[in-house]
Amino acid sequence: MIPFSYSLAANEQDALARGANGTARYLAGGTNLVDLMRQDIERADALVDISRLPATIEETAGGGLVVGAAVRNAALAADPRVRARYPMLSRALLAAASAQIRNMATVGGNILQRTRCSYFYDVAGSRCNKRSPGAGCDAIGGFTRYHAILGASDRCAATHPSDMCVALVALDAIVHLEGATGRRSMPLADLHVLPGDTPHIETSLRPGELITGIEIPSCPAAANSTYRKVRDRSSYAFALVSVAAALKVADGKISDVRIALGGVAPKPWRAKRAEAALRGSAPGDDAFRVAADAELADAAPLEGNGFKVSLARNTIVAVLGGLAGEAA
Amino acid sequence: MAIVINGTDHPIPNDPRMSLLDLLRERVGLTGTKLGCNQGACGACTVLLDGERVLSCLTLAVQASGRQVRTIEGLAGEGLAGEGLAGEEGPLHPLQQAFIDHDGFQCGYCTPGQICSALGMLEELRRGEPSHVTADLSAGRTALTREELRERMSGNLCRCGGHNGIVDAILEYAEKGGAA
Repeated sequence: MIPFSYSLAANEQDALARGANGTARYLAGGTNLVDLMRQDIERADALVDISRLPATIEETAGGGLVVGAAVRNAALAADPRVRARYPMLSRALLAAASAQIRNMATVGGNILQRTRCSYFYDVAGSRCNKRSPGAGCDAIGGFTRYHAILGASDRCAATHPSDMCVALVALDAIVHLEGATGRRSMPLADLHVLPGDTPHIETSLRPGELITGIEIPSCPAAANSTYRKVRDRSSYAFALVSVAAALKVADGKISDVRIALGGVAPKPWRAKRAEAALRGSAPGDDAFRVAADAELADAAPLEGNGFKVSLARNTIVAVLGGLAGEAA
Repeated sequence: MAIVINGTDHPIPNDPRMSLLDLLRERVGLTGTKLGCNQGACGACTVLLDGERVLSCLTLAVQASGRQVRTIEGLAGEGLAGEGLAGEEGPLHPLQQAFIDHDGFQCGYCTPGQICSALGMLEELRRGEPSHVTADLSAGRTALTREELRERMSGNLCRCGGHNGIVDAILEYAEKGGAA
């Protein structure tokens, strides 16, 4: 690790002032940033500790929740309101990492964590367009079991590792930001960007901008929701494929459906095509399969991850079938 | 500001790069906490920070400023400091004894992390927090089945394969109403 200065932010304004320096980084739980700095993948002259900023979960006027960026993953998963209203979010958080890491990791940091592509981590031995723009990618053509089948480019096929974000994009979560030019908000689905020709650019954040919180709108359908994570071991592993889904059936028709996928794309993947195919139709395995196929029609698997197409399809169908229950 | 380690104040290191793990082992001389992967994958460095189980390898020591750190050395003779029996001179913590009784280790390298993690885990359970395998998220209390315990302890690897003894030790301690 290169030497850096450390300061503890007293409040958001203080954090912004300290973070305005171009080579400063915000430090929250540290579960990803400290590791990446130790590996010399991330570098910073100054760390601004935002882990002690207010960590509250508050009701909005519209029946949703606003979650402070410094709220720990464990606290969000255990919140009774989240468990009752957005079980897919609790389940996504509980499927992630280990209990120790969930106690440390924050909501803001979870959103901004970097890919776990092993070539990205292999500083000494592999080329990576994320680490060194234009250097090339040794993952494509390499061991691609954990790589993307949707939204990748010929420069990068690394996946976004978050479980929490998969549930949050399904819930239309909004990110609250604060920066030098003031406050702004955007859908979480727009925060992460696809790699294209510039895989080193992963978000639409501006320099020095700070995530201050996440707003989760009211979503009655989410009371009937869940998260299924398929992985190489049953705990403490990243997803091969994950599905966050919510389903509401009224009068034999699907009145609301939310589907998002993890482990298959460079960003948390909202399955809009699948949702569109299902809305208004009768629930059932055939309909679920057609919807999943619509979402996966553009899948472009690499040599080592063709299994993810059928795995994603089968997982979508199984999750929706479970949520439909007697209605299917 | 200082870092309170097992009840004693220690100064914050000047170099912010120092992890809490390195502070414990290299500066304070508390080598019970183990360095395993040093990247958050194995759980050997687990300590209790303000009562919560965390990974000391990924915690910068400076981030623990003003907070209470509890390590494996702080468990034995707990509550007996006034009688001169604190720390390693005191009787084993009942969970330490349960690990011995159930052969909850072979090489012992993961053991301090396992024990600190288990104490944090039982507090989480006491607060009614669910896990990945909890069927009913709305339930206020979850029973500590073997399945629940294994999921909740998945952040602590044991390369000797001592898991059955570890599970037995923690279950016995929990069933006796062991206080964290």
